[in-house]
Amino acid sequence: MNHREEMCIGKTADISYQGCDGDRITTSSRRSFLGLLLGAGAAGLGALLSVPLFRFLLHPLLTATSSSSWKEVGSVEDLASVTSPVKKLVKIEQRDGWRKIVSEKALYVCKDATGRLCAFSSVCPHLGCSIAWHDEKSNFLCPCHNGQFTADGKLLGGPPPRGMDQLEIKIEDGLLMVHYQNFRQLVRHKEVIA
Amino acid sequence: MAENSYVFGRERRLAPPPSEQGTLHRWIDYRKHVDSFLRAVLDEAIPGGASLAYVFGSGLLYLLLSQVVTGMFLVLYYVPSADHAHTTVAYITKEVTSGSFIRSIHAYGSSAIVIVLLLHVTQTFLFGSYKGRRKLLWLAGCALFALMLGMSFTGYLLPWDQKAYFATTVGTNILTYIPFVGNSLKSLLRGGTEMGTLTLSRFFVLHVFLIPAFIFAFVAIHVFMFRKAGPAGPVQGEPETLKQSTEPFYPKQVLYDLIFAVLIIAGLGLLAHYAPVELGPKANPADTQYVPRPEWYYIPVFQWLKYWESGLAVLGILVIPAFVALLFVALPFLDRRPERRPWKRPVSVSIYGFVFIALGALGAISHRHDLRDPSIAPQLRKQRADVETFMKKPFEPELAGPSLIAATVALTNPVAGKGKKVFDQEGCAECHGEDLTGTSAAPTLIGVGDKRDSAKLESILKQPTDAMTDGGMTPVELNEEDLKNLIAFLKALK
Repeated sequence: MNHREEMCIGKTADISYQGCDGDRITTSSRRSFLGLLLGAGAAGLGALLSVPLFRFLLHPLLTATSSSSWKEVGSVEDLASVTSPVKKLVKIEQRDGWRKIVSEKALYVCKDATGRLCAFSSVCPHLGCSIAWHDEKSNFLCPCHNGQFTADGKLLGGPPPRGMDQLEIKIEDGLLMVHYQNFRQLVRHKEVIA
Repeated sequence: MAENSYVFGRERRLAPPPSEQGTLHRWIDYRKHVDSFLRAVLDEAIPGGASLAYVFGSGLLYLLLSQVVTGMFLVLYYVPSADHAHTTVAYITKEVTSGSFIRSIHAYGSSAIVIVLLLHVTQTFLFGSYKGRRKLLWLAGCALFALMLGMSFTGYLLPWDQKAYFATTVGTNILTYIPFVGNSLKSLLRGGTEMGTLTLSRFFVLHVFLIPAFIFAFVAIHVFMFRKAGPAGPVQGEPETLKQSTEPFYPKQVLYDLIFAVLIIAGLGLLAHYAPVELGPKANPADTQYVPRPEWYYIPVFQWLKYWESGLAVLGILVIPAFVALLFVALPFLDRRPERRPWKRPVSVSIYGFVFIALGALGAISHRHDLRDPSIAPQLRKQRADVETFMKKPFEPELAGPSLIAATVALTNPVAGKGKKVFDQEGCAECHGEDLTGTSAAPTLIGVGDKRDSAKLESILKQPTDAMTDGGMTPVELNEEDLKNLIAFLKALK
């Protein structure tokens, strides 16, 4: 005996009602126009009510968290003697939801072929691991999936879709300034994430 | 097709065991369960037919669903810690898209539950629907009533603003009236003798995990028992007439219930949009002026507490309320006559009416008192003004970690702010770190002012110790003014 039968028997003892007489009747009446209307109305109402919930949920996606400004890396004089890439840290003030934080970001200061200073983000353009400089191999190596890059950031091999991301730099009052930014992973061309 | 059509019992037994059935068949079999479930839900027989008087139970179910959904979303941003709770609620209220709206729906939802619950109880009482085989149904309902009061009490503290903090301080202190175990109970609930971050954690766990678990269980029991007993129907009428006018739950009662749900949604939506719930300034335990007031539905009880002086307090605060609650819970066992017509039950209806009128009167007295008392009214006005001022201020993100101590100090103390400039100009950060937490070259300066007084600081700045000189510290040469500012800055680093 299934649940439905139980119910009908239980009920018919004191009260009888249309539903137990024949399922065909209730089935057809339940799928009536009114049913459709009620269902559609309830669904529409549900959709309407979920609008603020979705907006609430998506809030962090619709607001920028990191501010981008020029940060001081060090004096050009000290960096002039650089022969191989050196790791430098810059502090970025950013909004982290309801917090204001200062996070340290790593970057490499190198010299390009013409001997001018340049800076690279240490974030791998493949899946975002931190790239390390290996003096003995004279190249950059990403420890996660073996992405390899030359001393001036060009892709040597491995899964990354592009070379290391070069950061904008400028020199002010003898200081090297860098504009730290984040870039999209897994795309062939460098693309800033707002 | 015939194989797939719904036939009771017999056909089910002929069907192959699940392992031999195909995907399509399994899907159809699942549909059959859905169908039978829908039938079981929608064909509920209502003696005497559908009525607007029966909408409150399903209205409460809708409100519970709304509280669960909005509550779940609020936890996306809320942090239950005394350090962050207020900031995160301010963030939700002032900054997150639709945040104020969703928080308002949740907060007003709790009031709506109280109102609809009282209507539901009153309808049940007037219709005498707790009688006969519905005793356990009534008891499960009483448990839900108590759990709901627990939800509103624990939820009130979570924003950690002035009103939340002080109302909960008073609320938890009431426990100390309980003889012998009162103090221990209070400490257990607070997670210590005083209100603090552990209190907030405990209230959060109660509000979000424990009480909801019991609510779900008791709602299931309540609904199951209701279905087992069946709707009580109108208070009078010949059995034969009632049988004739019996209607299934669908469509008319469903329609009534939906109309009521839409009214609730519209009411809450309009309130949340046009009069969003506010947040007051962060809890300040050192405030000696604050006059706390509980949520409106606790006001009558709050007023009641004022009348009991210490000697008789146990009677007024514990014995009488416990007696009234017990009377309420035991109603179906005390009033056992099958009579359901309210006009034939003058005693119980009078008592019920009296309790409600008394509660209403207590609420009115409290309100009048607050408006007229010269020691209270101006303070309450000031508190309202404080809330408004706080609401008008834009959201200020919390400065995180020791890394921003220096910045905070500079913001809050102007002399120290000037000192910070000196600190920056002198290049102290090169060794002590820009965030003053120290580097490999020099130690942290956070807390340096706690260890040494200003005179000592001045002397070691002018003449560093040998250990400091070895580490690379050079004597600081500054004019009087700058040195004073720098020391003020160092003293402020806590």
